[in-house]
Amino acid sequence: MAKRIDVKDLNVYYGAFKAVEDVTMTVEPRSVTAFIGPSGCGKSTFLRTLNRMHEVVPGGRVEGHVMLDDQDLYSPKVDPVAVRRTVGMVFQRPNPFPTMSIFDNVAAGLRLNGLRDKKRLAERVETSLRGAHLWNEVKDRLDKPGAGLSGGQQQRLCIARAIAVRPSVLLMDEPCSALDPISTQAIEDLIGTLKSDYTIVIVTHNMQQAARVSDRTAFFNLAATGRPGRLVEMDDTQKIFSNPTQRATEDYISGRFG
Amino acid sequence: MSGTTGAAPTARRDPFGGGPSDPQGTRKTGRLGDRLFGGAARGAGLLVIAIVVLVGVFLLSRAVPALLDNRANFLTSTEWSVGGESQRFGIATMLWVTVASSVVAMVIAVPLGVSVALFITQYAPTWLARPAAGLVQLLAAVPSIVFGIWGAYVVGPYFEPVQNLLNSVLGWTPLFSDTTVSGSSTILFAGVVLAIMVLPIVTAMSGEIFAQTPTTHREGALALGATKWEMIRTTVLPFGKPGVISAAMLGLGRALGETVAVMIILSALADGTAWSWSLLNGGETFASKIANGAPEFTTPLQTGAYIAAGLVLFVLTFVVNAIARVVINRRKAFTE
Repeated sequence: MAKRIDVKDLNVYYGAFKAVEDVTMTVEPRSVTAFIGPSGCGKSTFLRTLNRMHEVVPGGRVEGHVMLDDQDLYSPKVDPVAVRRTVGMVFQRPNPFPTMSIFDNVAAGLRLNGLRDKKRLAERVETSLRGAHLWNEVKDRLDKPGAGLSGGQQQRLCIARAIAVRPSVLLMDEPCSALDPISTQAIEDLIGTLKSDYTIVIVTHNMQQAARVSDRTAFFNLAATGRPGRLVEMDDTQKIFSNPTQRATEDYISGRFG
Repeated sequence: MSGTTGAAPTARRDPFGGGPSDPQGTRKTGRLGDRLFGGAARGAGLLVIAIVVLVGVFLLSRAVPALLDNRANFLTSTEWSVGGESQRFGIATMLWVTVASSVVAMVIAVPLGVSVALFITQYAPTWLARPAAGLVQLLAAVPSIVFGIWGAYVVGPYFEPVQNLLNSVLGWTPLFSDTTVSGSSTILFAGVVLAIMVLPIVTAMSGEIFAQTPTTHREGALALGATKWEMIRTTVLPFGKPGVISAAMLGLGRALGETVAVMIILSALADGTAWSWSLLNGGETFASKIANGAPEFTTPLQTGAYIAAGLVLFVLTFVVNAIARVVINRRKAFTE
């Protein structure tokens, strides 16, 4: 189920502006890969190219290749909608659909995929909510609005919604930045269990978090304001935080940046 | 709650949904400016309530004597002979014509207006969206008499074949059965013109709320692998539903009360014409009946008959608004 991602010579643009330049990297299946770097370095932008969400923004386009196992996501024959069904995403702010109940939120993706059978829907919803460590907290109020949950619960609901469709890859764009430490802990524990089934890529501003949850870490940086962001270095998390190859990486992780 | 829905209009305090009138407690500690402004605002609010109540009282006080004098059943009679010794009048025909023409208008205007609003806010490129929205707004500025004349003399002849087709295909149903009315002076055509008149209200209000759908919701749907239409169906439409309902009700309010255009288009029926459910029939709405009857406002009792009809229209619009409120409130738990 989990798939490998191979990115080759990827340039990312907003209209004429080049936001990210020349990224080549491999993301291993069943592992957690963290993207770190200063604000505006293009790590979130790059993340959004991995499920073609970048194109949703007017003027957003890319050059280069993103391979999911053997399939090029940017081949003209590939439908971006199909890509997003294989590569799930969790956003910075919890965004459950406010007009839907907890159950319907988790079932939303399944229904988009044409699953109508009530019994199978209920099973998948339960499995996903259990998988997101949320089942025990919501099992008695599945018909209540998802927006009534706490921020941390909402984020786990969004994770349940994303994994319900059984994607190959799960992208997380700063999933804990709007949460309190206890909810953050819950999400981090969850990432630890999810990685046995999924390829997980997480963008984070919190270096301790990257060190805690990830197996591999990629450091992004930009030469100057207005210049495109670049991938500076990617290695085992252990190595990045103890003995990075690049001077810029060392400066950033030791807080001597800028 | 996170700030994602902070931009949503439903998150604001809804002035018509009740709530604490003085949440900051400014009344006790208020400075002069606060007190002046607060007083002025309260005065304006009370004035509006007073006006509505007074209109109701006026209508009742004039209508009741005429109703007591009425020899026919006011609600079920189709007669309308006022003046003279014994008045006989009922509103059955007017009620039907008013409701039928307005419902026809809403059946056309709501889907059309929602579609136009979706096109403007979700599909059209920016260079097209702005002029298109402006053009729709311009429709709202056209006076209703212009719509009436344009409808009756320009569009009407082209609409006749449509009616004939409906009559020949669906003539076996009561709604499209044969009538004595010729040409396009029908309830159906009045509804079509009313639809064009309420279209700007429906489009503008729906568009406004569609445009406020938070990006996080839209992206959430897209990231699940929703197509554009599925994204709209799962996020934009549910988010905008209360707005569409209020837009429809405002439009319905205008359609129910529209006078001049309906007066020009509809051909009034002779007194004693047999009852028909056909939309291809003529008739008069409350508003057009009252306007047509203006020359007969001679004695208090005679005028009272028309005022009683006006009272029914007043109550009708009240009921429409109340229903809209209930529908919107019921969905509230899921939109905040």
